[in-house]
Amino acid sequence: MVSVDAQTETEMPTVTVDGTEIEVPDGATVLQACELAGKEIPRFCYHERLSIAGNCRMCLVEVKPGPPKPQASCALPATHGQEIRTDSEMVKKAREGVMEFLLINHPLDCPICDQGGECDLQDQSVAYGRGGSRYHENKRAVTEKYMGPLIKTIMTRCIHCTRCVRFSEEVAGVDEIGALYRGEDMQITTYLEHATKHELSANVIDLCPVGALTSRPYAYEARPWELKKTLGIDVSDAMGSNIRIDVRGREVLRVLPRNNDDVNEEWLSDKARWQVDGLTRRRLDRVWIRRDGKLQPAAWDQAFGMIASAAKGGSVAAMAGDLLDCETMFAARRLVNAAGSQLLESRQTGMSYPAGNLAAVNFNSTFAGIETADAVLIVGSHVRWEAPLLNVRLRKAAKRGAKIFIVGPHWEPTYRAEFLGEDASVLHDLPDHVAAAMQGAARPAIIVGAGGLVAGAHGPALALAHAWNVVRDADGVRWNGFNVLHMAAARMGALMLGFARPRGLAELVQAAPAVLLSLGADEMDYAPFAGSLKVYIGHHGDKGATAADIILPASAYTEKAGTYVSTEGRVQFADKAAFAPGDAREDWTILRALADALGVSIGFDSFDQLRTAMVAEVPALGAEGLIDFGPLPAAESAERAGGPIAYPVKDFYLTNPIARASATMQRCSAELLHGEELAEAAE
Amino acid sequence: MAERAPHPDTPELRARWGSFAWTGSNAEKVREIIGRYPEGRQRSAVMPLLDLAQRQVGEETQTQGWLPIPVMEYVAAQLDMPIIRVLEVATFYMMYNIAPVGRYHVQVCGTTPCMLRRSDDIMDACKARGMKKGHTTPDGMWTLSEVECMGNCASAPMVQINDANYEDLTPARLDAVLDALALGESPKEGTQDPARHTVEPVGEPTNLAAMMHANHDYRSEWSTEPA
Ligand code: SF4
Ligand code: FES
Ligand code: FES
Repeated sequence: MVSVDAQTETEMPTVTVDGTEIEVPDGATVLQACELAGKEIPRFCYHERLSIAGNCRMCLVEVKPGPPKPQASCALPATHGQEIRTDSEMVKKAREGVMEFLLINHPLDCPICDQGGECDLQDQSVAYGRGGSRYHENKRAVTEKYMGPLIKTIMTRCIHCTRCVRFSEEVAGVDEIGALYRGEDMQITTYLEHATKHELSANVIDLCPVGALTSRPYAYEARPWELKKTLGIDVSDAMGSNIRIDVRGREVLRVLPRNNDDVNEEWLSDKARWQVDGLTRRRLDRVWIRRDGKLQPAAWDQAFGMIASAAKGGSVAAMAGDLLDCETMFAARRLVNAAGSQLLESRQTGMSYPAGNLAAVNFNSTFAGIETADAVLIVGSHVRWEAPLLNVRLRKAAKRGAKIFIVGPHWEPTYRAEFLGEDASVLHDLPDHVAAAMQGAARPAIIVGAGGLVAGAHGPALALAHAWNVVRDADGVRWNGFNVLHMAAARMGALMLGFARPRGLAELVQAAPAVLLSLGADEMDYAPFAGSLKVYIGHHGDKGATAADIILPASAYTEKAGTYVSTEGRVQFADKAAFAPGDAREDWTILRALADALGVSIGFDSFDQLRTAMVAEVPALGAEGLIDFGPLPAAESAERAGGPIAYPVKDFYLTNPIARASATMQRCSAELLHGEELAEAAE
Repeated sequence: MAERAPHPDTPELRARWGSFAWTGSNAEKVREIIGRYPEGRQRSAVMPLLDLAQRQVGEETQTQGWLPIPVMEYVAAQLDMPIIRVLEVATFYMMYNIAPVGRYHVQVCGTTPCMLRRSDDIMDACKARGMKKGHTTPDGMWTLSEVECMGNCASAPMVQINDANYEDLTPARLDAVLDALALGESPKEGTQDPARHTVEPVGEPTNLAAMMHANHDYRSEWSTEPA
């Protein structure tokens, strides 16, 4: 693979593109040189993040010196003194020729193809094709292939660019797509047409330059020009993947990844992409009050009245759910504080790691940085399921030679890794070769996952971090190798906003609050709060709503603007893409109204005022980008990790209330994880 | 060719081939083959191993041999390589049979030189004996395929039957070969033209005749003028 490394000291070659001289980085290809010169080069098989295949021939240009024929620019290194032409008659003819050949066996069924309007083949044939075919024979046809519940295949449209094959082999690390047969008979398929079984499978839909691989859940839903596109942040894990939310009317029809090299590159997990069909199901769209053990429809002021009278009899506590934006949590904090309480928590499962110093609970290496680690110790994290895109980064590190060790039950990494045992106590007694590898590494990293936090591994991991000196200067750049990998999109924001009691959930239970505000908390156990008035402010009829005494319908992440802080401490803003259904309101307005009902003031009347107040209190939330949490705290040496590690995620596809309501995610879970035979029922 | 497809993965297939393992002598060969490649590059052995597996299946079934899905999986596991990559190799090369074949796999070359030397007649002769392209005869003896150039153009037309090539064929000569095979004999391989030893010219040579018996320098006879 050719990589453009800006730091190389070697002299940069100078080439001429269409008469303009430019310098290009050493190791660049002719295609990259043309792009630097501002020339568009059509291509199908070439992709910046995949290896070079050079098999579509669409990128032909004229290059001197060289053979007197067009050359595939994507696979040709740029060398000093080259004269490149992208505008000559030869190039024009070559493109027309390639285009005509590609279309010979393409069905040209654009009117019934979901790729229409966003199809490279369509666009490039308009721009570079000759406008008509001279082919009158029979076209080839390819039998249908099955690739699972997310990918719809029409393989007759395939142009054999092999992007999908390269993605699954190189990026996902799960070799399951291949090119069988050869020449005219070549066919792209999965092994024996099994469904693709990894968390990133749907990315091939974006990669496929034609309509061969399209999205199954979105099939025949809309044309791209009908959609309103909003920039958002994904909440299905704590990576903060950048997404684009495509909406028609009130309904979110699909979610696509946005390019962000620091975060999700240009990939997205299948859950982030397809949980959105859960946004229209099991929604809470009116106020409910439990009377005689049964939830019954009610009016807002009835609910507020009940809460106000209950609040008079004791304290108010708030539990923040996993999908929340910072604004909602800040509003809740103001409200709870104004009601005279400090009972704020976000760690629904009862974790109580110290959250006083945020550097100790942050993913300090950053996602882009972890790629350069050369020894990684993962403590209690099923990375593939907890942060699939981080797993992609770890795979890159492993490919570069990083040694990776995992403490915890076995899972299937997509790279070479050594499992050291299931019990967290192994941290106190690491095998010699592991300790030696970590000590000898130039950029050592430790990643503590949720399973590790529960098993008390946080303190011991921090002690190891100090022992191995994981914060250091590596090649003149600061390297911080201590990382905590959270799973909740809201977690870092919650910790910054003080939603963490020293003893965690237990403290809330002990305080026995009169009112428990549950802000979309659907993973916790409500049984200990039998004496509290449980007010669920959220969007889905899930665990929290079932346990609640009062339900106030709120907005999902696509239905409100908000600030999110990812597990690497990156502040990102999301816009509102759609309106919440029925009576549901944006969360902050509910809390604002509740403040009035409780007769307290929380100091803002508009979203802008809220944001200003929030940034005044927590300035780091005001600017997009990475937060510097400062140096690591000292380790509490007394703490010992012990007991078998258990991963919290039991089912990758059903980790949050939106995903659990999603028919697509349910089907993925049933078919891909529980092996149910749904293949037949699909068509 | 498009009809070429891996034999379906059925429970019966799994029952028959699921426990495939190298025979003692083949296991020895496998070790030797894998040893040819540098450490970490064992996957390069996939082609010879598939060939060996096909031969072993052939011995067990008294046919030319083929590659059932479980056998390919066995090879993939041994080389620690994804099965889809093995299937890619096996489907790419025509020499790997991905569906069962008969005792003799008659592969008639139909490429231009053979065609000009009447390979159509050879094909017809095969068909006259009850063979059908892409099929095995009911008695399990013959599978007929048409293949591309086998590199024997100088003695066209030709057929390849399992590991042997039979060249300079006429329908009658082909019949003789096939009759002999049917009787369990091993007919002479190579050219079937009694006047020929190998691919030397039939009759007197017509090119470079002066070099027949001694070295001869033609250079002085070359004209420097374009003709
Ligand atoms: S299916 Fe799409 S991505 Fe895959 S080879 Fe065909 S055209 Fe390329
Ligand atoms: S983009 Fe260069 S050959 Fe496909
Ligand atoms: S054409 Fe038949 S062997 Fe070459």
